Amino acid sequence: MTAAQTTPLQPAKRRVSRKQRRLAIIAAAGTVLALAAGLVLFAMRDTIVFFYGPTEIAEKGVAPGTRMRLGGLVEAGSVQRGPGHRVAFAVTDGKTAVKVSYDGLLPDLFREGQGVVTEGVFEGAGRFRADSVLAKHDETYMPREVADTLKKQGHWQGETGAAAPARP
Amino acid sequence: MIVEIGHYALALALGVSVIQALVPLWGLSRQDRALASVGASAALISFALVALAFACLVASYVRSDFSVANVFENSHSAQPLIYKFTSVWGNHEGSLLLWVFILTLFGALVALSRRSLPPRLRAGALATQGLVAVAFLAFTLLTSNPFRRLSPAPAEGQDLNPILQDLGLAIHPPLLYVGYVGFSMTYAFAVAALIDGRIDAMWARAVRPWTLLAWTFLTLGIAMGSYWAYYELGWGGWWFWDPVENASFMPWLAGTALIHSLVVMEKRDALKVWTILLAILTFSLSLLGTFVVRSGVLTSVHSFASDPARGLFILLILVFFVGGSLALFAWRAPLLRQGGLFAPISRESALVVNNIFLATACATVFVGTLYPLALEMLTGDKISVGAPFFNATFVPVVVPLLLFLPIGQSLAWKRGDLLGAAQRNLAACGLAVLAALALIAFTRGGPVLAPLGVGLGLFLVLGAGFDLGERIVARASGWPAMLSRARGLPRSAWGTALAHAGIGLSIIGIAAAAWSSEAIAVLKPGERLTAGRYTVVLESVVPRTGPNFRAEVARFQLFAGDRELAPVEASKRVYTARSMPTTEAGIRTDWLSQAYVSLGEAQGDGLAVRLYDKPLILLIWIGALVMAIGGTLSLTDRRFRLAAPRRAAPLAAPQPAE
Repeated sequence: MTAAQTTPLQPAKRRVSRKQRRLAIIAAAGTVLALAAGLVLFAMRDTIVFFYGPTEIAEKGVAPGTRMRLGGLVEAGSVQRGPGHRVAFAVTDGKTAVKVSYDGLLPDLFREGQGVVTEGVFEGAGRFRADSVLAKHDETYMPREVADTLKKQGHWQGETGAAAPARP
Repeated sequence: MIVEIGHYALALALGVSVIQALVPLWGLSRQDRALASVGASAALISFALVALAFACLVASYVRSDFSVANVFENSHSAQPLIYKFTSVWGNHEGSLLLWVFILTLFGALVALSRRSLPPRLRAGALATQGLVAVAFLAFTLLTSNPFRRLSPAPAEGQDLNPILQDLGLAIHPPLLYVGYVGFSMTYAFAVAALIDGRIDAMWARAVRPWTLLAWTFLTLGIAMGSYWAYYELGWGGWWFWDPVENASFMPWLAGTALIHSLVVMEKRDALKVWTILLAILTFSLSLLGTFVVRSGVLTSVHSFASDPARGLFILLILVFFVGGSLALFAWRAPLLRQGGLFAPISRESALVVNNIFLATACATVFVGTLYPLALEMLTGDKISVGAPFFNATFVPVVVPLLLFLPIGQSLAWKRGDLLGAAQRNLAACGLAVLAALALIAFTRGGPVLAPLGVGLGLFLVLGAGFDLGERIVARASGWPAMLSRARGLPRSAWGTALAHAGIGLSIIGIAAAAWSSEAIAVLKPGERLTAGRYTVVLESVVPRTGPNFRAEVARFQLFAGDRELAPVEASKRVYTARSMPTTEAGIRTDWLSQAYVSLGEAQGDGLAVRLYDKPLILLIWIGALVMAIGGTLSLTDRRFRLAAPRRAAPLAAPQPAE
C-alpha cells in the first residue's frame, strides 16, 4: 500500500495536515519528555546515594543520619561475628577507619584485607550501620571507587590478574 | 598448530572484512553490479574464517592447551567438559571472539538471503556490516588476542571464575549476544538506506524479521541472565537496576519501539525518518552496553576486573559508529521522501504513542545509568543510582503505556474508534479491577501497590486474549468456522497477542514480589526457620567433593504449611584452584512460587541460613518466555517468508491488522 492510495486528501489540504500532525506529535512527545525530565530531577534530589571513603567522611563533614555508601578495605583482624548473624568490622583507607555494624549474611568474597562497598546510614562518631554489603563476582575485582579512595590516601598497590566480565 | 591456524584465520578475516566494507561501496557509487555483489562473497568467507578461529579456540579449551594464555587463565584440566567448552566465552578475549563470530554469522545470513532483499540495499548493508566487523576484529587482534601463547607452557590452568561455572554461562551470553549483535543488522540496513537515499515499505519489510530475531534473543538473554543472577548470587534478587543490566535493557526498550514503528512503516509508509533514527540508536545503545561492560567505568555488582586501555578503544569504536551514522543521518535524512499521513485516532497513532513512551522510558534509564559518570567528571562526587531512582522515574513512564496498550491494540488502522476500542476492553478491565479489589480485601494490611500491579498484569493478559478471541469469534458461527478463522489469522496476530500477554505475566510476577518474605537465623541440626508460607528444618550438614571443588552440603526438610515438599539442599563450595568460595542456593519450585534457601557461614556449631518465600516469582521469566514465543511466531509470519523484492503486498484481501 502506498501513501497516495490511502490518503484521499487534496495536496493543498495535505500540507496543512502534515504540519498539524507533526506539531501534534512534537507536542505529545514534548509533554511526555518534560514530565519524565521532571520526574528525573525530582528523583535525583532524594534517591541518590553518595559514596565516601572513611577519610572523606570527616573531610566533607557528612552529617550523622546520612544515607551513603562506604568503601575501603576490611581492616585485618577487625571482623567480629555474633551474636547470631550480626557482624561488626572496620573499613579503612589506611588513614582513617570506620566501625561498621551489619545484620545479615556476608557475601562469599568478603575477606579481611580486601576491598568492600557497603550501603547504609552514617551514625556519626566513626560508626556506620550497613544494611547491605555489596557482592563481587571476582576475587581480583576492586570497585573503582574503592581503588580511587585508596589511591587518594596513598595505599594503592594495583590490581593483579585480569579476569573479564562475562555477564554483559 | 591449531592455535596458529586460529590466529591466522582471524587476521585473514580482518583483511576480508576490509574488502567487504570498501568494495561494495565503490561498486554502488560506480553503479557496477559485479563490484557491489562482492560483499556477499566476502561476508561468507569472513564468516567461515571467524568460525574456524572460534573452532580453534574451542579446541584449545577442550584439549586444555595451557600454552595459550587465555586457556591458562580461564580453564582447568579437572573442569567438566561442558565448562571447558563454555569457558571459551567466560572471559574478555573469548567473549569478544563470540561477539565477532555472531556478527559475521549475521553478515553471512544477509549474504544468503538473496531473494528477499533488493540488491542495492543488500550491498550497502553488507558494507556497513563489514565496517563493524573491521572495527571489532581489529580490537580483538590488537588489544585482546585470545591466541596469545605462553612460554614455557604452565602445567595447570588457573580455573574459570567459579561463579561462571554454571549452565547459565552456556546459555546466557550467546543468547544475549545474538540479541545485541542482531541489532547491528538493523543498523546496517538503516545506514544502507541513508546511503541509497531511498526508503519505503519494502525496506521495513526487509528489516523487520532481523529486528524481531534480535529482539526475541535479547528478551531471552536478559531473562536468562536475570534468572542466573537470581539463583547463583544467593541473595534472592533478580534485577538490581545495575549499570550492566541497564546496558542490556536500553537496547531492549529501543528495539521494542523499533519493532512497533516498523509495523507502521510497513503498513502505512509513515514514520520513516524516525524509524531510521531508532534503528541507529538501538545499535548505538548495544555498543554503549559493550563499552560499559568491557571498560569497567561504572561500578556494577556484575563487574569483573577490567583493563582501561581496552575501554578507550571501544569508546573510539562507539564514537565512530554512533557519530558517523548520526552525521550521515543529518546529511541524508532530509532527502528521504515524506511518508503517508494518518488520523489522530488510529492504530498508527497508538503506535506513535507507544514509541514516545518507550523512547522516554529508555531515556530515563539512560540518564540514571550514565549520570554518575557525568557527575563524577564534572564535580568529582561519587554517587550511586539504584532502584529508588528507577522506581520513581521509569515506572511512572511505563505504567500509562501499559494501561493504554490493550486499547491501542484493538484500535483499527487508518481510522479507529476510541470509544469502541475502550468498550471492547471493558470486560478485561472489569475483571482485572475485580481481581485487584479482591486481592486488596484478601490481603488486608499488606502492600497496596502489589494488587494494583497484579490487576495491571491481568488486564494485559485478558486484553490480549479477548482481542484475539474476538477476531476468531466475530462473524463466525459454529466451531468449524471459528477453527478455520483461528487458523486463518496471520501468525503475527498470535505473536502480538502472546508478546503482550507475556508482559502481563511478567508484571504479575514482579508485583507479587511485594508479598515475598525472608528470614535469617543460625540453625543447628533439627532446628527450624519459617519465612512466609515455608518452613525448613535443618537435617544434616555433610561434606562432598566435586570434580574441582569441595562442598559443605546442608540438607533441609521443607514444609509449606502442613504439606511436606521434597527436601532441598543448599551448599557452600570452595573451588580448589582459586580457593574461592561460592554459595549454591537451594531452590524448590512449588507451582509458580519458590522456596529459596541460601547459606551463610558456620558459627560455632550452627549454620547461618537465609530462607525466602518468593510467591509467583516464576511468572517473571515465564512472561519473558511467552514474549519470546510471540516474537518467534511473528518472525514466521507468512509475509516475511514470501517477501520478494519489487512486489507490492496484495491489496485485494484486507489483511487483518496485527
